[in-house]
Amino acid sequence: MSDNIAIKVDGVNKSFKLPHEKVSSVKSAVVNFYKRKRTYEKQQVLNDISFEIKKGEFFGIVGRNGSGKSTLLKLLAGIYTPDSGQIHVNGKLTPFIELGVGFSPELTGRENVFLNGALLGFSRKEMEKMYDEIVEFAELERFMDQKLKNYSSGMQVRLAFSIAIQAKSDILILDEVLAVGDEAFQKKCIDIFEKYKSRKQTVVLVTHDMATVKRFCSRAMLTSKGDIVSIGDPSSIASDYTKLNNDAINKTMADKDAIRSDKYTIKTKLLNANIVNYGDKVRLSIDWSDCNKSIKNVGVAIYGNAGEYIFGTNTVVDKVKLTSSTILTYEADMIIGAGNYHFKVGLFGETDKDIIVFIDDGPEFSVKKDESVQWQGLFSLNHKWRQ
Amino acid sequence: MIRYLSKENKALISELVRTDFKLRYQGSVLGYAWSLLRPLLLFVILYIVFVKFLKLGASIPHYPVYLLLGIVIWNFFLEMTTQSLGSIVGRGDLIRKIRIPRWIIIFSSSLSAVINLLLNMVVIIIFMILNHVDLLVTTLWLPVILLEVYVFALGLSLFLSAMFVKFRDVGYIWEVILQAGFYLTPILYPLALIPNVTFQKIILLNPMAQAIQDARWSSITHETLIPHTVFQGGWYMYIPFAIVIASLAGGLLYFRKESKYFAENI
Repeated sequence: MSDNIAIKVDGVNKSFKLPHEKVSSVKSAVVNFYKRKRTYEKQQVLNDISFEIKKGEFFGIVGRNGSGKSTLLKLLAGIYTPDSGQIHVNGKLTPFIELGVGFSPELTGRENVFLNGALLGFSRKEMEKMYDEIVEFAELERFMDQKLKNYSSGMQVRLAFSIAIQAKSDILILDEVLAVGDEAFQKKCIDIFEKYKSRKQTVVLVTHDMATVKRFCSRAMLTSKGDIVSIGDPSSIASDYTKLNNDAINKTMADKDAIRSDKYTIKTKLLNANIVNYGDKVRLSIDWSDCNKSIKNVGVAIYGNAGEYIFGTNTVVDKVKLTSSTILTYEADMIIGAGNYHFKVGLFGETDKDIIVFIDDGPEFSVKKDESVQWQGLFSLNHKWRQ
Repeated sequence: MIRYLSKENKALISELVRTDFKLRYQGSVLGYAWSLLRPLLLFVILYIVFVKFLKLGASIPHYPVYLLLGIVIWNFFLEMTTQSLGSIVGRGDLIRKIRIPRWIIIFSSSLSAVINLLLNMVVIIIFMILNHVDLLVTTLWLPVILLEVYVFALGLSLFLSAMFVKFRDVGYIWEVILQAGFYLTPILYPLALIPNVTFQKIILLNPMAQAIQDARWSSITHETLIPHTVFQGGWYMYIPFAIVIASLAGGLLYFRKESKYFAENI
């Protein structure tokens, strides 16, 4: 294996036996053996996977749930053993499948720091040197002599994270660590990722979040049903991933959550039930993370199913400034009469003429007939009667 | 060997043993003192029942110390095997989520049993002084005999802990075997109490019986029946040692084979 390769995976297969009836007593094992009836289903999780990760790469592994990416990660980490094939790891590797593994609620924060440090391969002396830094970073100075069971979950995560970032391995393996914690915590994660990236740390990251992949990864790999779909630059992998997702959605769901324009894919989705009462909020999420054009204006319109234009507005009109986020939620009170409606969504560049994506038939919803609403028509106008 | 005792592994073992000790007597007032008090209290009960009431061991000098030594060695064996048995499953979160050598878990739980044994040996020395036991030259054999018990228990621990991952009834089966073993080993009664020499021989084939008798012979009184005298130098006096070696080899092989799949089987 050449020197600039960090991990080489060569023809790896992995399957799990899923017993129909779990044999966890000697008696049933004996009985089943006698009957020659050890029934299990063999589930192939990874099929003949081969790839290489170079030193200094920030390598992303993405895939839908059940695509085998977590199994792959555990194989790389040496937690699972492949059925066949080989995995060569060049250098010291530390996996973070979960933060705070081995934390014991009955020990104090301080004792847990040393235990967790030892699990990461640090001696007591080394831990003593970095102890203050860890505590300071976690902002838990006052709590270190309390038992961990008295910590809030946020405090535990902060402590675990502060220890984890001390790990000085040649290769780090991270499994969706970003999925936990509040915004401030996620910000810290981002900072650490930046640091890894700038100091050319070899990192393997498994995630669902395409924004993270595009921002940090130097290369990425898409897996599906135990196969590698593609390996390449993060933005093309991200769009492959979205396509894969959309295909799955289109296959399984009749509603129009995802619409692909000729060039770009964006996702629109109702965040509430699609039948609402009069006056209820309807929330629509618009996600254009796979469209790399710069979007300056987002417009949303509601149409009746007979084609009547009910209401429309856009972010420029409403003086909403778009940030770098590529997800937007639109929310409106449905003070309209009973009936069926649907959304239209448009994404624009500098001008109204610069239509980047336009979705003509977005998500549908209906407003229910309500006993308290006796008036008829689309709107309840302000009105008075005089005699 | 150097590879196994790398800096990282040493740090991990010491931290795991430390945690084990801290957690064991969590929330108890007397704390560590319990690891001494437990065998001592058991000793007091057995002493009253067997020595005072039943008048066993009247022919053996220093019988109380003789009894205590047997109890301590047996307890060490019991503690080490039962603790290790559940340790792989008990540390399932570590095994499923990080990469640590599996044997470290068994080794560190065996070390906490060893520490307990050493503390108990201090108590035995105090009793020996109080009981005016003459210091025998053969006491030098005692560490070797204790090492034999350790190796035997380690082999069984490796085997049992790996087996327990797949079959949880191993826990109950082992409990029964230990119960039977306690009575089939001459701990409470002097071996000479059994009149039939063939039974004596069968009992002494068990490494625990051989080790306890040898330990008593070497450090307390030569008036102890040991395999060498019972078997009169026959080749089968080596059977207990063969069992010990077989248990270590079998335990290691089975553990090595199974440990690859611990993470998915737990």
